[in-house]
Amino acid sequence: MDMPTPDASIIARKSTIVERLQSVLPHDAVIHDERETRAYECDGLAAYKCPPLCAVLPSSTQEVAAVMKVCHEMGVPVVPRGSGTSLAGGAMPTADAVILGVARLNDVLETSYEDRIIRVQSGRTNLSVTGAVETDGFFYAPDPSSQLACAIAGNIAMNSGGAHCLKYGVTTNNLLGVTLVQMDGTIVEIGGGHLDAGGLDLLGVICGSEGQLGVVTEATLRILHKPEGARPILMGFDSAEAAGTCVSDIIKAGVLPVAIEYMDRMCIEVCEAHAGAGYPLCEALLIIEVEGSPAEIDEQLAVIKDIAAKQNPNTMREAANAEEAGRIWLGRKSAFGAMGQINDYMCLDGTVPVNELPNVLRRIGELSKEHGLDVGNVFHAGDGNMHPLILYNANTPGDLERCEALGEEILKLCVEYGGCLTGEHGVGIEKRDLMLYQYDPADLEAQMAVKDVFDPAWLLNPSKVFPLATSAARRDGKQAA
Amino acid sequence: MHTTEDDIAQAIAAASGPLQIIGGGTRPVGQPAVGEALPLAGLSGVTLYEPGALTLVAKAGTPVSEIEKILAAENQRLAFEPMDFRTLMGTDGTPTIGAVVAGNVSGPRRIAVGACRDFLLGVRFVDGSGQVVKNGGRVMKNVTGYDLVKLMCGAYGTLGALTEVSLKVMPMDETSTTLRYAGQDVAQSVALMSAALGTPFEVTGAARKNGDTLLRLEGFAGSVAYRVAELQKRLASFGTAEEITDAKAQNDLWTAQRDVTRFADRAVVWRVSLRPSHAAGFVEGIDGIDVDLDWGGGLLWIAAQDGADHEAIHHSLQDAAAKTGGHATLIKGPDALRAAVPTFQPQEPNLAAITKGLRAKFDPRGILNTGVMI
Repeated sequence: MDMPTPDASIIARKSTIVERLQSVLPHDAVIHDERETRAYECDGLAAYKCPPLCAVLPSSTQEVAAVMKVCHEMGVPVVPRGSGTSLAGGAMPTADAVILGVARLNDVLETSYEDRIIRVQSGRTNLSVTGAVETDGFFYAPDPSSQLACAIAGNIAMNSGGAHCLKYGVTTNNLLGVTLVQMDGTIVEIGGGHLDAGGLDLLGVICGSEGQLGVVTEATLRILHKPEGARPILMGFDSAEAAGTCVSDIIKAGVLPVAIEYMDRMCIEVCEAHAGAGYPLCEALLIIEVEGSPAEIDEQLAVIKDIAAKQNPNTMREAANAEEAGRIWLGRKSAFGAMGQINDYMCLDGTVPVNELPNVLRRIGELSKEHGLDVGNVFHAGDGNMHPLILYNANTPGDLERCEALGEEILKLCVEYGGCLTGEHGVGIEKRDLMLYQYDPADLEAQMAVKDVFDPAWLLNPSKVFPLATSAARRDGKQAA
Repeated sequence: MHTTEDDIAQAIAAASGPLQIIGGGTRPVGQPAVGEALPLAGLSGVTLYEPGALTLVAKAGTPVSEIEKILAAENQRLAFEPMDFRTLMGTDGTPTIGAVVAGNVSGPRRIAVGACRDFLLGVRFVDGSGQVVKNGGRVMKNVTGYDLVKLMCGAYGTLGALTEVSLKVMPMDETSTTLRYAGQDVAQSVALMSAALGTPFEVTGAARKNGDTLLRLEGFAGSVAYRVAELQKRLASFGTAEEITDAKAQNDLWTAQRDVTRFADRAVVWRVSLRPSHAAGFVEGIDGIDVDLDWGGGLLWIAAQDGADHEAIHHSLQDAAAKTGGHATLIKGPDALRAAVPTFQPQEPNLAAITKGLRAKFDPRGILNTGVMI
């Protein structure tokens, strides 16, 4: 993975930069000892590492603004960091960059059940947002699988999804307002407790901009009342086509499950060996969960079972109680851990139109054979958000490169079938150089023009999202913004 | 008449002055437009419809009615319920999907399912230099690069002329029931709607029109019946509701709500987005207005009474929105009023600078829908 050569003149000024940052922050909020900065050398894409120049942990919007002003004046790049769970390298530093962590910004600022909103500081973890309102029966809907650890700031930066977004949408559909600190330290308020922020939809473009437009320090989020109940049903099929057709037919029928999860034979076998959830050993398995009162759930599941029956499932098992529901979810929830125990893996998240799932799965199988690496598939089928897991051995020289080459082929395949490179993980450094498969230079130029407005000097998380060659002139300050 | 994206790109590249982008011409919102007309109606047709993937792609000038007809044949619809402005504005013409997107136009169901922007999966547009740009695509989840899809939605054509849009569509519901509560004032009505929306019963419309509060529930028949009963139990303290179950009666009621037809005979109408809990206080002390609510009280439709001071009301509304958070937009008014006041809520300077910066990037000559919004 190429990264730009760090600016030696910035590294040479480290002590001055640290002093300036210490002048605007409490002493313990500036981390510059090399033994300690190592804690920030990577995120969830742990194959790539680089300790930052230093890291700062501000405790307020004003402190964030002060840090930004210092870095702006001194021409130092800033890499914002939520909880560091990004799978795409979105929070990976460079040696000449200051990591700005939001971990100390974790208060709940306001809760209104009348307006169904909560306003939080952005370092608060996803799950603890729900934690703040669940005793009153409410929840925050987006639920990335890292929700115990991941921060709202990172969710907004990457526009995170989760298993339940089929019904409730992803972060951008649940975000009403932000306080944003721009690279020059300017603080702007966008949106608030009302629907559809006024003017241009800046909220829409900030969400998912991977920390390149500003640092979000506060966010107003939509909260919802929890459903009365939920129940999963498990179905096994003899082919990917049958399972794929079943998914498409369910969606068309007007039932809106909260989740439709898919596992292929390889994942089923690995998960069974690991968790013993009692899954049928077959070609494709679906876990479909619906919500409501017991009678409403019965009504929805009756429709779903009728549709599924047309595809001759070999298994159809509805959870009769909480324990059975837990067992149905057990294998799916342990899938990534189970795969990790048998090998290293790379997880992609290309998304395709739901009706193309069977074709894409078949082609992934063919590519897997051609490249000689196993691929397991476990993913959010309802919205076509695939998660092919390519297995490789990090200790075998050349294996990572082979894995990346196969990954590239799979993502190109997703684009070819009308899909995209990433559905919920983000581009980061991982898919940066594949962007030209999906977008023409003019399309990327339009996106980069947005960054030019928010961050004319390209100091904020500069080496991400766009192919390095495409963004080079801007990062080097050679193109007037 | 331009019939292809290339035609539009050439027309914009060759333009020597301002251009008014026109869809169906049914919504004269914003400062009175200047310049030569750039009609998009010739750019028409659904190019892809996959009912099994809930996706529809259409050229920007495609009539909304044509899309609705194609969807209805597969028992699907545009769930965000876009408003038809013709009755309110007293215009004719054919509403187009591109203009719906350009205005981020969403109806009563927005409170439950999201706005037009939440259903917009992809766009193609021509920027102010004549450059064709695409963003997003036709899949449900997409975080590949910046989300210019949302930026274009609601930009009123000031960043580019939309040429194609890709939308998520939804299945129609099997049935619906509307509950009507009579005789609530604004504060009581908002409290009632907030209570209803704070239950697990998935209310898909919460509005107050002419003194009546309306709550809509949609879904499978058994589920709707159950939720109607449970909801009324929770709302017992607000009085007894009339249950409207006739499909046509409900359709008429919600279409009228969506299209704000009650104010069709008024000369001046505003639209205000704010926190529902601020709704009652917001209109207190402003004389000469009538108010309907939508989105659980988060959307106010305000009409001036005969003889009221329009300009004074306009400034009162935008001042109040600036104070409480939210925004007030002049939707309908005589040209003189539209020319005299800022149509859209003025932004604080730092935010306005970002808006201006984006406009300068996407339309460096400032020729697209000049003055309408930016």
